[in-house]
Amino acid sequence: MAIVIHVKKSCAVNPLKMSAPIGAALAFTGLDNCMPTLHGSQGCTAFGLVLFVRHFKEAVPMQTTAMNEATTIMGGYDNVEQAILNIHKRAKPSIIAIASTGLTETKGDDVDGYLTLIRKKHPELDEVALVYVSTPDYVGAFQDGWAKAVAKIVKELAEPAPQIAGQINVLAGSHLTPGDLEEIRELVEAFGLKPIILPDLSGSMDGHIPDNFSPTTLGGTTLAEIRATGRSEFTLAIGEHMREAAQTLQNKCGVPFEVLESLTGLDTNDRLMTLLAAKSGRPAPNKYRRQRSQLMDAMLDAHFYFGGKKIAIGAEPDLLVAVGKLLVGIGAELTAVVTTTPSPVLAHLPAQEVLIGDLEDLEQRAQGCDLLVTHSHGRQMAERLKLPFLRMGIPMFDRLGAAHQVTVGYRGTRNLIFEIANMFMAAAHEPEPDDWRQPAAQGAECGSCAPAAAH
Amino acid sequence: MSTLSSKVQEVFDEPACGKNQAKGEKERKKGCTKQLVPGAAAGGCAFDGAKIALQPITDVAHLVHGPIACEGNSWDNRGAKSSGSSLYRTGFTTDINELDVVYGGEKHLFKSVKEIFDKYDPAAVFVYQTCVTALIGDDIEAVCKAATQKFGKPVIPIDAPGFVGNKNLGNKLAGEALLDYVIGTEEPDTTTPYDINIIGEYNLAGELWQVKPLLDEMGVRILSCISGDAKYREVAYSHRAKAAMMVCSKAMINIARKMEERYEIPFFEGSFYGITDMSDSLRNIARLLVDKGAPADLLERTEAIIRREEAAFWVQMVPYKDRLKGVKVLLITGGVKSWSVVSALQEVGMEIVGTSVKKSTLEDKQKIKELMGEDAHMVDDMTPREMYKMLKDAEADIMLSGGRSQFIALKAKMPWLDINQERHHAYAGYDGMVTLVREIANALYNPIWEQVRKPAPWEMQGDKKLATENTEHTEVLLGGFRSVPSVASVV
Ligand code: SF4
Repeated sequence: MAIVIHVKKSCAVNPLKMSAPIGAALAFTGLDNCMPTLHGSQGCTAFGLVLFVRHFKEAVPMQTTAMNEATTIMGGYDNVEQAILNIHKRAKPSIIAIASTGLTETKGDDVDGYLTLIRKKHPELDEVALVYVSTPDYVGAFQDGWAKAVAKIVKELAEPAPQIAGQINVLAGSHLTPGDLEEIRELVEAFGLKPIILPDLSGSMDGHIPDNFSPTTLGGTTLAEIRATGRSEFTLAIGEHMREAAQTLQNKCGVPFEVLESLTGLDTNDRLMTLLAAKSGRPAPNKYRRQRSQLMDAMLDAHFYFGGKKIAIGAEPDLLVAVGKLLVGIGAELTAVVTTTPSPVLAHLPAQEVLIGDLEDLEQRAQGCDLLVTHSHGRQMAERLKLPFLRMGIPMFDRLGAAHQVTVGYRGTRNLIFEIANMFMAAAHEPEPDDWRQPAAQGAECGSCAPAAAH
Repeated sequence: MSTLSSKVQEVFDEPACGKNQAKGEKERKKGCTKQLVPGAAAGGCAFDGAKIALQPITDVAHLVHGPIACEGNSWDNRGAKSSGSSLYRTGFTTDINELDVVYGGEKHLFKSVKEIFDKYDPAAVFVYQTCVTALIGDDIEAVCKAATQKFGKPVIPIDAPGFVGNKNLGNKLAGEALLDYVIGTEEPDTTTPYDINIIGEYNLAGELWQVKPLLDEMGVRILSCISGDAKYREVAYSHRAKAAMMVCSKAMINIARKMEERYEIPFFEGSFYGITDMSDSLRNIARLLVDKGAPADLLERTEAIIRREEAAFWVQMVPYKDRLKGVKVLLITGGVKSWSVVSALQEVGMEIVGTSVKKSTLEDKQKIKELMGEDAHMVDDMTPREMYKMLKDAEADIMLSGGRSQFIALKAKMPWLDINQERHHAYAGYDGMVTLVREIANALYNPIWEQVRKPAPWEMQGDKKLATENTEHTEVLLGGFRSVPSVASVV
């Protein structure tokens, strides 16, 4: 329904987009006892680290092959080898997961080839899983890096083997928070099924306090679980960008899959219930029947406030679809829509047009909207335009609790609806005598303030 | 690239850097950049350092030429405050794509500069080089020259791509860019005998404003601050100052020294942190100005202000002295301002049980020894695990560090205070010291510590079985105690 437009300009202003390598790196932090590593210069890792630390308010393990000008020109074999050996020696991870960067891609480093050589040379690494994904900075966005990383993890590590009854894979998109994943795990388990969530940030980035200090990821999908994804009955991919990984797993291990574009909203959760009931042979537990009716009640109560509201939203494609469709489903309009990277879901978005652009594009179109939805970088624009501002996505550095924002399931959807409705209520304009039609003589002059009364 | 490598060599050869002077000829050539260990390195790149140093200039458009990583992952993430334009907080990047990588990004860059002038009318555009665009050979200097001619406003190349070195080097290359292209290009409307430059102060959390009222009272005018809350023009006419203060760090020593050489502006190295240092800094400013011809009564006026402020400070300290006496502090600042903060904390009766000296000079280390005694616990590079252990074993009561190592303290359930770039409180001057002390007391005496350290109900006696289960589980999770590369110790 929407026309997708690539904004034609040379200079990106106030980027919405983040880079693919750190998207891959964050996916890697959802693996247990893993060291996410960027093959590039040290600064790329430092920026990624700072960004995640500020978002999750957690220590984040991430390393670098520490390329410099000379090593780049000569090729990065030595650095990749040394990095792996050092990480192995110092942190003893089960998985070393490497993503490339713009620098090493421009040079054309063949890291897959390097890894084969390194494996041959260093039998002491036999027990360590090595995963490499190519993510040049100048192609795609954060979500794309995440998607490629998950597909590569599955491709390298999943093992075809006899099926385990009741075991289900959940391939989680980058738009899901640790809180969302906890909710999904509970949902699946309530049907007596055993989920393997990949990647699982709810194990590693959920803010628990371990009894010790660890340099690698702590919690997340274990290597054994990743291998066992090949033995599941079924794969549930959440977010269109998880399709490639699901397809890869099916090709390799024969596990059938379904992609749900999000788990926010009534329809998609109904679909989830149907699927889980079919896979488990059990009816939906009463708890969720009750939550469903609560959600409908919330929609009824809230729709008065949503009707005709104009939304300005900037988000990565799959988060955009999840939140955008929900809003439109309760009567709001997506007036200004900006995203980071092409995706098949964009064309189906209930909006006139979707721009692949930046926050400057969003700001130019957000004038007169009732709500801004984007990550924390929208704060300057929200202030300038005086818009109520719902923070969603990564990074969220100027509020606490980013990891625990839950917007999936009937319950999560309900809470999101309340949160937004309350923002509309708080921003509502109290009627004043001057809001009504003025005597004819003044009417012309006052034309400019008419829109203000239209709330 | 050849001009860049000679620049890099030049800043490594910094004669005013004590640390550098202590080295032999050969070692000096290698510069201050420690060879990084792949897989065990941490810290920002030269581009990061250049941006930190220059971004506080508020009416300039800071344009990053490179793929989305360099700006997209990092923009609007620093705490420098502005009293005027907020343009410096706008993220501009060429966000180059695959075609640029193949065909070169110079045209793309030029058009971006044009768009910025058309839409935002900045005082100047600073163009930052990054790794990929440097590797493909984009000549930002040439593009900036052409753009300056075309648009009639300064377009300044900041040639510090990430892969040439660390943040510190980036700071210095940024300084070189100012010296080469900005400083000395404009004239102030008026000058006075009381004009100073403050170099290396970024106005984080508004700290410059914390100090400025005292300078105002002395009658001293900040002609130019490089670069906190600065306007482009102020930096451009900074060569007319009578004296300069270089704030704590060595980051911009090249600016201070070269301005002394070129424009005969004497400078001293000082700090606004801590009572003694603050007072010394005010004294030094007055002294340098008087040496350069300002009326001598400035000295007496300054002393009077110092007397008044110090007395007021100690009055405010009364409620804290008992509470903070003997409190053991672990101070991880990543370097150069260590001794300054050390003396500040000791002044109010706290004890420093360890401090990092990674980036400190010999002279700095000497100062710390003087302050902390011969058995000063100075660590070159404390690993996160060591920090964690010190806190866990209660060898320290509180850790003061940069944001990225905070979780080491918090996960050990120990108080922590941010004293680095992203902090929200201003700690400069006499008032800032009161704030720092108040914040330390708040952190230490917050009632949460007792609550979070209390065992969970299932860890209580009488529930032994559960308790053991829990421990076993934890151990499985941790796989024992894993040894540590630098994880979050980037300060
Ligand atoms: S290391 Fe290079 S590519 Fe990475 S952020 Fe720094 S300048 Fe950009």
